[in-house]
Amino acid sequence: MTRRRGWGSTLVGVLILAVLLFPLYWMLNVSLQPSGSAVRTPWIPLDLSFDGYATALREQGGNLVTSLVVSLGTVVVSLLIATPAAYALARFRVRGAGVVLFAILLSQMIPGIVVANALYDVYSDLGLLNSVPGLILADASHGIPFAIIIMRAFLLAIPSEVIEAARVDGAGQIRTFVAIVLPMSRNALVTAGLFTFLFAWSDFLFALTLTTTEQVRPVTLGIFTYIGTYINDWSSVMATAVLASVPAVVLLVVAQRFVTAGVASGALK
Amino acid sequence: MAERAGGVAAPERPLVSTAAPEPVSGPAGGWRSPRGRERLLQLGFLVPAVLYLVVFFGYPVVQNLLMGFQEYTTRTFYTGEAPWVGLDNYAAVISSNVFGTALLNTALFTAGSIAGQFVLGLAIAVFFHRRFPLGGLLRSLLLLPWLIPLIVSGAVWRWILDQDNGALNQFLGALGVADRPGWLTSTSLALIAVIAVNIWIGIPFNTTILYGGLQDVPEELYEAAALDGATGWRAFRHVTWPLLRPVVAVVLVLGVVYTIKVLDIILGLTDGGPANATQTVATQAYHLSFQEFRFGEGAAMGNVLIVISLVFALLYLRANRRALVGGGR
Repeated sequence: MTRRRGWGSTLVGVLILAVLLFPLYWMLNVSLQPSGSAVRTPWIPLDLSFDGYATALREQGGNLVTSLVVSLGTVVVSLLIATPAAYALARFRVRGAGVVLFAILLSQMIPGIVVANALYDVYSDLGLLNSVPGLILADASHGIPFAIIIMRAFLLAIPSEVIEAARVDGAGQIRTFVAIVLPMSRNALVTAGLFTFLFAWSDFLFALTLTTTEQVRPVTLGIFTYIGTYINDWSSVMATAVLASVPAVVLLVVAQRFVTAGVASGALK
Repeated sequence: MAERAGGVAAPERPLVSTAAPEPVSGPAGGWRSPRGRERLLQLGFLVPAVLYLVVFFGYPVVQNLLMGFQEYTTRTFYTGEAPWVGLDNYAAVISSNVFGTALLNTALFTAGSIAGQFVLGLAIAVFFHRRFPLGGLLRSLLLLPWLIPLIVSGAVWRWILDQDNGALNQFLGALGVADRPGWLTSTSLALIAVIAVNIWIGIPFNTTILYGGLQDVPEELYEAAALDGATGWRAFRHVTWPLLRPVVAVVLVLGVVYTIKVLDIILGLTDGGPANATQTVATQAYHLSFQEFRFGEGAAMGNVLIVISLVFALLYLRANRRALVGGGR
């Protein structure tokens, strides 16, 4: 709409945002308070302390690294599997393409707990419990359907002349894909990659069900075990929470346009 | 990652002919013919994804269905024996005291969450639809609660809602309210608190999608409506709402499908307690399998969840098709 409003609306907008983001402010506030007994927390961290972060890094640093490794691995696996599939679904007249698309949509309805329940046994037999590859494969189930859906939507928009021209020049199917299609799809790849990373980073269910020891423990599970016990040091819990939120904040700041595009296309395609 | 993929080959590199130009092939078919090879290659693009879907979605659904009829416990992992027990698991699950509670909680949790998310999300979307300075920036910051891990939100809210030292009771105390409710520890309040937190999590998503839908309503329609005297609420009622409906359908059904299976936030806030006050079908399936190690009963509970989701899945597919055809997105 072109009806422009003035700074009055901006003020209201800031107020709405302040209410909605208060919990995140509170997380930051508590994380910067001196640790110790859980007395009522001041509204502003005047007595600035980084003890919480020191404890968090000491106790959860390894878990943060695990999360990072698992998330990066999930991005690689998801894009390797999803990108060619998205291309095939967008470009080729393969028999059964409709069925595959339908299955992808349907897969979104399958509760994670059902997947975990069945995978546990298989993982136990294959020795994939408590392993990074096991978590990567399971976490890719959040990323692959989503990545296929948004990349297919993007690839549909590439003019077929471009692809046909390459084919006429004698490029094979694979060469066309690697040399022409992939470079053109950078934005879609970035969007899919970012979201796959976030999904894997946020995963809690598979971390909870497919790991049984502290050997391989993503930070989400680390936080859960923190809050599961009696807590007398909330500043280090909140410091861990802040550290676990860093990827989301970084992505929003660095790649805001990709993120907004991803939310919109993920829901409507 | 994407950098690497993007940089695999510079587009201006001359395309050397790698495949021999297709000779005039005989009748199509047979993988030896160029046409057959081509088709095989095309399938090759799709096969890894199909395999993945089969292993990580197809297999679990089938396996879960079977496990629902088996006595599947920790012993099964050692002996490999899972005797068939017919409908015993379902009988046990459905006749347990928790089942009714879990079913009701799931319905209340889903309905409450969706209603709250949608109404507040739509209100905020309409607000941001009017352009004003810094509107875009504020709108993107709004996404933050949705992007951080759910378990982080759970931990933060758990501390905010803490009975003795939480920010909410501290705030209420400052306002002069003497009462200090145990938001997450009282059986009558816990579910409401969990729903409220879930509404908070869902607002950004609803706002973003509905905002996109609002942007697609042509400006001319508002001008025409204004000429006919319809502005403000009446313009919304007669112009915005009918055109927004396909998007609304998608948001609502997608919301239901995702909310029904929510686990993270409930486990993080209350772990289903106190006294099952926030136990849902999903959390109960988790508890049966991974805390009591009665995987067969957990599977039965999971199957109940699938049936519920499936009903909404059908709704989703219908709504989605209508949105794709009607909304043109």
